[in-house]
Amino acid sequence: MERRSFLKVAAAAGGTMLVPVFGNAIAAEDLMNPMARKFKKELADAALNAATKAGASYCDVRIGRYLNQFITTRDTRVENIVNTESTGVGVRVIANGAYGFAATNALTVDAVADAARQAVAIARANARLQASPVQLAPVKGVGEVAWQTPFRKDWREVPIKEKADMLLAANKAGLDAGASFMTANLFQVNQQKYFASTDGSYIDQDVHRLWAPFTATAVDKATGKFRTRDGLSSPAGMGYEFFDAKPEHKVRAAGGVTQLYNGGYDIIEDAKAAGKQAREKLSAKSVEPGKYDLVLSPEHLFLTIHENVGHATELDRVLGYEANYAGTSFATLDKWKGRNFKYGSDIVNIVADKTTPGSLGFVGYDDEGVPSKKWDLIRNGILVNYQATRDQAHIIGEKESHGCSYADSWSSVQFQRMPNVSLEAGKKPLSVDDMVKDVKKGIYILGRGSYSIDQQRYNFQFGGQLFYEIKDGKVGQMLNDVAYQSNTQEFWNSCSATCDQRDWRMGGSFFDGKGQPSQVSAVSHGSSTTRFNGINVINTARKID
Amino acid sequence: MKLLSKDEAKSICDKVMAMSKADECRVNLSGSRKGNVRYANNSVSTAGLIEDTTLVVSVAFGKKQGSATCNQFDAKSLEAAVRRAEEIARLAPENPEFMPAVGKQDFKASNTFNRNAEAFNPEYRADVAFASIAAAKKAGLQAAGFFNDSIGFDCIANSNGVFGFQELGGLNFTVTTRTDDGRGSGWVNRAAYDPKAFDPRAASEIAIEKALRSVDAKALEPGRYTVVMEPAATNDLLNFMFSAFDARSADEGRSFLSKKGGANRLGDKLFDEQVNVWTDPWDANAPVLPWDQGTMQARARRDLIKGGVITSLDYNRYWAQKQKKEATPPAGNIIMAGGSKSTEELIASTKKGILVTRTWYIRMVDPQSVALTGLTRDGTFYIENGKIKHPIKNFRFNDSPVSMLNNIDELGRPVLIGDTDARKLMIPAMKVRDFNFTSLSDAV
Repeated sequence: MERRSFLKVAAAAGGTMLVPVFGNAIAAEDLMNPMARKFKKELADAALNAATKAGASYCDVRIGRYLNQFITTRDTRVENIVNTESTGVGVRVIANGAYGFAATNALTVDAVADAARQAVAIARANARLQASPVQLAPVKGVGEVAWQTPFRKDWREVPIKEKADMLLAANKAGLDAGASFMTANLFQVNQQKYFASTDGSYIDQDVHRLWAPFTATAVDKATGKFRTRDGLSSPAGMGYEFFDAKPEHKVRAAGGVTQLYNGGYDIIEDAKAAGKQAREKLSAKSVEPGKYDLVLSPEHLFLTIHENVGHATELDRVLGYEANYAGTSFATLDKWKGRNFKYGSDIVNIVADKTTPGSLGFVGYDDEGVPSKKWDLIRNGILVNYQATRDQAHIIGEKESHGCSYADSWSSVQFQRMPNVSLEAGKKPLSVDDMVKDVKKGIYILGRGSYSIDQQRYNFQFGGQLFYEIKDGKVGQMLNDVAYQSNTQEFWNSCSATCDQRDWRMGGSFFDGKGQPSQVSAVSHGSSTTRFNGINVINTARKID
Repeated sequence: MKLLSKDEAKSICDKVMAMSKADECRVNLSGSRKGNVRYANNSVSTAGLIEDTTLVVSVAFGKKQGSATCNQFDAKSLEAAVRRAEEIARLAPENPEFMPAVGKQDFKASNTFNRNAEAFNPEYRADVAFASIAAAKKAGLQAAGFFNDSIGFDCIANSNGVFGFQELGGLNFTVTTRTDDGRGSGWVNRAAYDPKAFDPRAASEIAIEKALRSVDAKALEPGRYTVVMEPAATNDLLNFMFSAFDARSADEGRSFLSKKGGANRLGDKLFDEQVNVWTDPWDANAPVLPWDQGTMQARARRDLIKGGVITSLDYNRYWAQKQKKEATPPAGNIIMAGGSKSTEELIASTKKGILVTRTWYIRMVDPQSVALTGLTRDGTFYIENGKIKHPIKNFRFNDSPVSMLNNIDELGRPVLIGDTDARKLMIPAMKVRDFNFTSLSDAV
């Protein structure tokens, strides 16, 4: 009984994935006309005035127009093209010290004023069960301002045929190189978000993101075996220029085992490599379980950072607000208060930010009107901070919010969501090949694979897309059936080297789920290639007959 | 807007189809009123009510197809949705695997709506939260829970004369109760069509008992153990496996149901003979719509596994035509036969084993064998000589539901599990041999 409608699209390994769909399909020409700012201000003022008159001590209004386009392909066919649009207004208030929220898709002054009054009524009802009144950290009103994702090529203006042709060309490249089957998808998002609050802000933002994942599957009918290799692309907070890969966007993997990308993506080249590598995986050596030094590429490490640092330092989890679903966190307040909890080794420096260009989390302001910023979570291995919203800042002694409030739709209530959480590059010059030279018995892991972690973020097990043996300082043969299993604190304390800034790049999660009813958000995680010593590797192969 | 009656829905479908200039037109119309209340730390955090009605219109010119949706129902909005679908269809490349709309179907109504569900309102939801929080407070615990309810309708129609309309309703409830010091945690979930069949206080008491009993968990060595899995603990594991019942993937060699040399494993015995699984839209305990919303095909009762043997796979219309098989849409519900024993009785007949309340963060490790990994959570106990001896620390497991259903010792009484996925599951508690726990977790 999820609140959202979901669209089934073809996804990795021949299955289906559910992609959230917000509303109505639209004609292409309608996409380019945003709602007039004057009209949005009029609606917002109607809500702010109605809420204040009804007794709210605070009110914010979010007027959203969400445009998505999804293209799904399989082998030589386009399976689906979907344009969606959703427009409406969400009003959040504080009355009698409690929150109330109401949303409407009716874009009239009367309807939004009504929603504001409903929100106040809900707040009053909730106040009876409220343990302590909501306390908002102050934020200065910024008046009327606007912000837009920096991009050169608007995905909304690129012809559908050009996009479909790119995906089909990638599929063909994969099939020609050895894949038995290919799927390639393109997700494109534009969020036109207008925020107004009784603090005196009227913030108009235009956010753009895209992602082109694919899967190559190789089948050996004689043995009945099959293997897959997913694309090594990352989703980006950019325009369609992301697909105009230039030589400076290409990164050589350790030992030259494959091509990687930073800031631009050649999906056809990657698909060709994937077709070949999926076939190669069919006969690759099955890993010997044991302790290995792991050399983790940013295309892989981003998800590890996301799961065992990003989620673990969400303050709402730490405080118990997600206990029934996503869980709580081992990184409890006492560990932060002592300023001596050794989350990782001395070289582990992890920062939160919503300011890095090209990242999925990059915005001018969050969904509470707080300007984007950058702050430390872990400095020299010590836990020093969390991710907070306005109503949480006072709990950790902050004078202002970190700007971590986000709602995935005008009809969803905003709550604490993860900013970009990234591992800083090493300060000493170190290339990937130099890092590998010091490894006697190791495994080089690239790409996101299977990932699972407990509800307090201690015990995790992660796989990848590509695994290569490292023996006596050299990257060697491909390995199969690899997953590493560890404990978050042990893992980060085994971090022994990080490559320098030249190797730093971002991966990201496009559909990160949290909350009840579930909401999705998109977030990036940067790192350079990083080494972890003596990690437990298991062999994941199983027989069922 | 208020929920539509059958006549009102039919009138909209007819209007839309009359507007279409395409070769064919399919209409899905659905409406719902969904309410929820969420609480944590014994205090309500959010509450919401969402009313919406959505029209999806799909049209085709030859093998070129397009879809559009809207949620406004004046003539202009309906016309715009039809024209947009037609525009996308004209832009779309031809799909060689396109299947034309199905012909008239015979839909036998199923009982997906209980009139008592009309009682859902903000007061009812507040009472649920209050009852749950009060019980937790009395036991000195912190409750975090989520209750959501929905009533609505589903309507389908196409230009070949298909028409179906049916009302839907139901509720889902989960609560986690934790000790203040975070050393104990218990969980429960409930799903029902009839609010009269749901008692939030009684449900919460189960989570409370588990939280209180789970304090001071001992570490047990990872390894293979006999497990008593509560129905909610196997729900996600089974969903992974039944999602791979697609005949095409099996025939193409990329499924656990693929055979060496290219065939699929239809007719093979893969599981213990106690395993009997079927789908039945008219099941009294887990009814679902008598049609598949995507293809508009009528659903039928169908055995999936009989005596441990795979008896049918999902054939989509294109693949069925190509393979000269009968097209079978994916199951709307999964019913697994069990016995008459309660979970307590399964525990009573266990010499040494582990009781698992809930599993969490389950991910595919290897689709070749449906090897999955995940963790236990919110109530894991050691069983000795038919009794719960003491709580144990949570485990990570690496195992396959295929192996699990091959190692069945005993099955309990089936219960309805909330539809977290598109499917409803009615599954028993299971006692399973040699379940593979691979490491310990410190999480409570």
